[in-house]
Amino acid sequence: MITVTDLGKSFTLHNQSSAVIPVLEGANFSVAAGECVALTGESGAGKSTVMRILYGNYLAQAGRVVVNGLDITTATPREILTLRREVLGYVSQFLCVVPRVPTLEVVAEPLLSLGVAEDAARARAVDLLTRLRIPERLWQLSPTTFSGGEQQRVNIARGFAHRYPVLLLDEPTASLDAQNRETVLTLIEEAKAGGAAIVGIFHDLEARDRVADRAIDVSVFTPRKIA
Amino acid sequence: MTPLLQVRNIEKRYGARIGCADVSFDLYPGEVLGIVGESGSGKSTLLNCLAGHLAPDQGEVIFDTRADGPRDVRQMPEAERRMLSRTDWAFVHQNPRDGLRMRVSAGGNVGERLMAVGARHYGDIRQTAGDWLTKVEIDTARMDDRPSAFSGGMQQRLQIARNLVTGPRLVFMDEPTGGLDVSVQARLLDLLRGLVRRMGLSAIIVTHDLAVVRLLADRLMVMKSGHVVETGLTDQVLDDPQHAYTQLLVSSVLQV
Ligand SMILES: Nc1ncnc2c1ncn2[C@@H]1O[C@H](COP(=O)(O)OP(=O)(O)OP(=O)(O)O)[C@@H](O)[C@H]1O
Ligand SMILES: Nc1ncnc2c1ncn2[C@@H]1O[C@H](COP(=O)(O)OP(=O)(O)OP(=O)(O)O)[C@@H](O)[C@H]1O
Ligand SMILES: [Mg+2]
Ligand SMILES: [Mg+2]
Repeated sequence: MITVTDLGKSFTLHNQSSAVIPVLEGANFSVAAGECVALTGESGAGKSTVMRILYGNYLAQAGRVVVNGLDITTATPREILTLRREVLGYVSQFLCVVPRVPTLEVVAEPLLSLGVAEDAARARAVDLLTRLRIPERLWQLSPTTFSGGEQQRVNIARGFAHRYPVLLLDEPTASLDAQNRETVLTLIEEAKAGGAAIVGIFHDLEARDRVADRAIDVSVFTPRKIA
Repeated sequence: MTPLLQVRNIEKRYGARIGCADVSFDLYPGEVLGIVGESGSGKSTLLNCLAGHLAPDQGEVIFDTRADGPRDVRQMPEAERRMLSRTDWAFVHQNPRDGLRMRVSAGGNVGERLMAVGARHYGDIRQTAGDWLTKVEIDTARMDDRPSAFSGGMQQRLQIARNLVTGPRLVFMDEPTGGLDVSVQARLLDLLRGLVRRMGLSAIIVTHDLAVVRLLADRLMVMKSGHVVETGLTDQVLDDPQHAYTQLLVSSVLQV
């Protein structure tokens, strides 16, 4: 589902004397359907950068990144938006929503934008919010005023609402209590069983060992220092 | 799919000064394009050239008309262009006073647009106007008040109702949330987002507010000194800006 070939990435900071930060060079890997791969490496190694490139959020400088047959390094914004709507889900570390939209709708939205009927979309949202223990009295409120943990669970519910064939998870279990963490791990296992290709960043080692089939150490992709 | 709007090499000069130059892009049905850039970068000039309020010195603005498919708006007879701007197009001004008739009641402001496209039945017009006031969260009890008695946020919502009542396919907005306080902005954003999705309309939004474009726009165009310096998927341009100017723009706001 994901094939990355000779991926290279550096950041040029034009307003800081055009400093160039090389982050990735010659990265090659692939992820198959039904497989969960953990990105590992020390802080700053480039785990989030790889994930953002897979999502089309960061531009690659070199190489090819093919997700479900689409090379996102050359795709148009429209093609990437369609891919994100239908195929490619991303649970970011933090929730970003339009203020004032009720939680239930925030969670149902990915399904509504795919044209799923309101009833079915809402039913799925209710199911996920219930499983993630968001109290029903909060469903009609905007999540912008929720606690960090509640927001993260809303974010996860939203990310799992549509059964994406490819799913990117950035620290999905961070700051969750044991029960909710268990629910999230079960959701990941269900998605895998459903054939999703999953790429995750897990600082929670137990969680990683439980759901990931293998690890990709991104520090291998760190460009060699020019001496 | 045919783009709703095809913009080719638009240029507008004010004497020797460049208003905007070399601007080209396609806008597809249902898409929202954000335009950002510093003051004086040519955003309003561009928007006004696209909407037919200003005549560009060069370039083409090709709109996919309902009747005859893609046509260059600049080649259309004035009457036809005016009809287009009353039916398929809407323009939301930064200052609601420029987009409203201040001496006409709120209901009249909305109803007038319906009459301009041929509605005649008073009861129906009043009914539809009332529905739209409700949609933009203006109490229908205020229907017969003049907009001058409304707050800035209410005026802006009224302007949106007046513009959207005829079911346009393309909406131009110049700083639609400018000058409003943050909580009012949030309501307006939510409203716009809902309308864009439910009506499937396309929009071009000029704003200096990066949080607004992140939430509303699919694609982003960054302008500087009349030129487009960067364009792409909104979150990509904001999170991984490539041009020096965009990097400066993004880093000078705290968090978006
Ligand atoms: N938008 C950006 N602009 C400039 N540099 C960036 C940007 N995003 C990431 N970097 C740089 O890329 C490198 C890799 O960062 P990244 O966030 O991918 O690391 P990470 O492995 O996810 O680390 P952590 O475990 O701390 O989250 C760092 O040097 C970082 O400063
Ligand atoms: N009628 C005019 N006559 C002469 N110059 C003009 C006229 N209108 C705009 N300009 C100039 O054209 C340039 C672009 O102006 P424009 O209004 O398009 O900028 P803008 O990006 O909308 O700025 P702002 O964010 O302040 O609204 C500016 O240098 C401006 O001074
Ligand atoms: Mg990270
Ligand atoms: Mg302007």
